[in-house]
Amino acid sequence: MTEIFLYTLLITAMASFIGYELISKIPQTLHTPLMSGSNAISGITLIAGILIYPNVVDDVLLKTIVLIGVSFATMNIVGGFSVTGRILEMFKKND
Amino acid sequence: MTESLYLISAVLFIFALKLFSRPSTAFRANNLAIGGMVLAIISAFNLKFADYDVVFYLVILVSAGLGVVVSNRVQMTQMPELVGIFNGLGGGASGAIAYVELSNSTLVLTDFSVAIFSMTIGVFTFSGSLIAVAKLRGKLNSFNATVINILSGVLLVGVITMLTTKIDYSTEYIIILSLLLGITRVVLIGGADMPVVIAFLNSLSGIAAMAAGFIVNSIILIIAGALVGASGIILTLLMCSAMNRTIYQVLKGGFGTTKINNEYEKDPISTSAEDIAIQLSYADSVVIVPGYGMAVAQAQSAVKELTNTLKSKNIEVKFAIHPVAGRMPGHMNVLLAEVDIDYEDMFTLEDINSEFSATDVVLVIGANDVVNPLARTDEDSPIYGMPILDVDMAKQVVVIKRSMSPGYAGIANPLFIEENTKMLFADAKEGLENIVKSFELV
Repeated sequence: MTEIFLYTLLITAMASFIGYELISKIPQTLHTPLMSGSNAISGITLIAGILIYPNVVDDVLLKTIVLIGVSFATMNIVGGFSVTGRILEMFKKND
Repeated sequence: MTESLYLISAVLFIFALKLFSRPSTAFRANNLAIGGMVLAIISAFNLKFADYDVVFYLVILVSAGLGVVVSNRVQMTQMPELVGIFNGLGGGASGAIAYVELSNSTLVLTDFSVAIFSMTIGVFTFSGSLIAVAKLRGKLNSFNATVINILSGVLLVGVITMLTTKIDYSTEYIIILSLLLGITRVVLIGGADMPVVIAFLNSLSGIAAMAAGFIVNSIILIIAGALVGASGIILTLLMCSAMNRTIYQVLKGGFGTTKINNEYEKDPISTSAEDIAIQLSYADSVVIVPGYGMAVAQAQSAVKELTNTLKSKNIEVKFAIHPVAGRMPGHMNVLLAEVDIDYEDMFTLEDINSEFSATDVVLVIGANDVVNPLARTDEDSPIYGMPILDVDMAKQVVVIKRSMSPGYAGIANPLFIEENTKMLFADAKEGLENIVKSFELV
């Protein structure tokens, strides 16, 4: 195993731990927006699409598959954040 | 430079989760997360915007537009379906990226294994989510659990064999197996188990993104993916413990399909909207228990009207929300918030259970298994041990339900024939509207 791999593994463990700690404190009332919001964050794969796209532009098939991934991830991000905003707006006006 | 921008994105995501812990700051949390995402995207381009053709930008633009349109049109009752679709998109995106990286022969061995892992999870999440959405829409029903379970067992062994043996299987085979695995795994699970499935797939979509981060060596993918993975796992476990079942039992599926004696010993006491209005007008405290039936009947506005009526008569109104009420975590809370019901009036199971004995009237709207006292008393019952809302402890109970048909667990609910329970056989929306109308005559 390479050193970089171990280093990234460490980051994974720490991020999971922080995530677990923070999310445990979120009340039941906000579980739906939490899901739609974290859902949007999982569209972060878009970054991978951006990073690898320039390497595959010469291969039509691979290029198309990256574009499909990019499209899915973008819908996931934009749609997810937008609907989360809509839901949280409803909770905000209670204050 | 790019790496430090990613670091800022990660910090923004983490702060967003921190601010998510209160309804009053959650809206800002969403904006912080958006900021983190935009920053990450811009950093990924690394100022080389010219390396991308028009098609690339067009795909992003059109997909973003679609995302906005869909998220603005969707009704709050359809949130489980929407989140299901987004889970599938996230998984599908990671699967696609992993496939492309696998076709790139320069990967080192560790990256190769991670890419296979990412692709398998991503594709599984994609097909599983689509099936989950179809189940939520009621398009898929009744499958032979044994046949499907054997099939999915064989598929699982197949995938694991392919992943662990050194033989160079074509990645396409793995994709097909993962697709089928997702379908067979989710197709048996439905109804009240849906919150678990949705949370589980949400977690997987994060894990797939995290694994994709290992392949392209991107810290932000790993951190963001791990955060989502953790969030999904927490919700999955919460939902499971709210039903006193293990994740394995839920994913095995076929719950509530066993034939049990669900006859009632006597007839329930049926009542009318007028009688309920009179009964409620004499109460000092009322607790409303919403269930999936409220969402199906789109009865949330009627609930709000009744709440206003009761409050105008100085009757205290609280809402008791079981963690698995509805089809996704927090589903009922969102529907109530949609009609301007204050979240301060919404109570969790732990917070309200001790109050039922001092409550005059409990109004159960389209909920069943989560208020079934057999969970406390009958060791042979499939729901035995599940934490329930102890509404039978209240002085009087009114249940609005279309018929005596059993809930998801497929069992009779003795609450309905108890002496202090009255049944209003009606669609939740109509029933509530009639009660409000009757109030004007009281």
